[in-house]
Amino acid sequence: MSLHKKSSWELIKNGMFGENTIFRMAISLCPSIAVTNGMKNGVALGISVMFVQTMVNFTVSLLRNFIHPKIRIPIFMLIIAGYVTIIDLLMATYARPIYKEIGLYIQIIVAFASIFARAEVFANKNKVWPSVCDGFGMGVGFLMAMVVISFFRELLGRGELFGYSLISGNPLLIMVLPAGGFLAVGLLMGFFNWVDMKFYGGKGASGV
Amino acid sequence: MDYVKLFELIVSSALINNFVFTMFLGLCIFFGVSKKMETAVGMSITFLMVMVVSAALSWVIYEFIMIPLDLTFLKIIIFIGIVAAFVQSADTIMKKVSPALYYKLGVYLALITTNCIIIAVPLHNAGEKYNFLESIAFALGSGIGFGLALVIMASIREKLEVADVPAPFRGLPISFIIAGLISLAFTGFSGLITL
Repeated sequence: MSLHKKSSWELIKNGMFGENTIFRMAISLCPSIAVTNGMKNGVALGISVMFVQTMVNFTVSLLRNFIHPKIRIPIFMLIIAGYVTIIDLLMATYARPIYKEIGLYIQIIVAFASIFARAEVFANKNKVWPSVCDGFGMGVGFLMAMVVISFFRELLGRGELFGYSLISGNPLLIMVLPAGGFLAVGLLMGFFNWVDMKFYGGKGASGV
Repeated sequence: MDYVKLFELIVSSALINNFVFTMFLGLCIFFGVSKKMETAVGMSITFLMVMVVSAALSWVIYEFIMIPLDLTFLKIIIFIGIVAAFVQSADTIMKKVSPALYYKLGVYLALITTNCIIIAVPLHNAGEKYNFLESIAFALGSGIGFGLALVIMASIREKLEVADVPAPFRGLPISFIIAGLISLAFTGFSGLITL
């Protein structure tokens, strides 16, 4: 495992760009479409995931010497579910209007492949501080992806940002419909692949 | 017993409120295993079985243990626990009882725990306060809907193998765009049944 030799900043950067959950690894896709029809929802979920990801990595890394490898999966699940419950109850109390719209997806964080994967691949094998950095970086990467997708969808679909009207005229209604979510993610993914191939000589083609 | 309502529930959860195309759940698996028809079918069958059984188990525990003890705020933890425990035990039992079946479907079982639909169904059932049969109908409909989505997607992606797609869009991006188009088609089902 050479990962833990990297500096904190490199770890954070890795989560943001190199292994961006949505555009690079193509996991945890469900919310990237479900809640990105508006900036507000996208940012709210992004921040929740960032919190859960960082805290789960912190806890798993702290307890890594006490968790027996054979029962690690249920234990990780419990740790994740605990933090998700905290966020769920906090949102239900203090952010009622947003919670009504994205409540189900907050609860679904518990089944996110990305959080589980980082706990298993990284936090379980590394010291506390690198794990926190890694979780934070992954969370920021996720938040960024959410912001980019919801920026385009809200701007094109409603001509608004955070609910403030910016463009007048007929918006492209399809972008806020479910179908638009798939299209937006597909086109953005293709665009990032194109940038990668054109300017960095990468292979493109993410995951799966 | 109102059988018409149950039937309506199955149809609406399979077509109108299709989990993949209108609620965007289970996308990781949807894109992950829809490359080949064979795996798509295997996944759909396994998924349907796990979904119905876990919905039934969750309903019993929610109704007879969590509500009387006032533990409903723990539903996320408990439901994911039920699903994980059930999948794990199904895996072990299948390996022992029917190795042939395990060889075919075992791989998919392991994947299922990290699928959002599997946890969304019990949460939705609890949220809507469905009774036992309604919960099962909802799980059945969702499972059928997911299977349908997988099979449609797999049949298109098999054809896509020979298509000339621009290089940056090869693989996932084009699949997303196809899913968007299918989702647009599924919008046509809305209004079919009003519950």
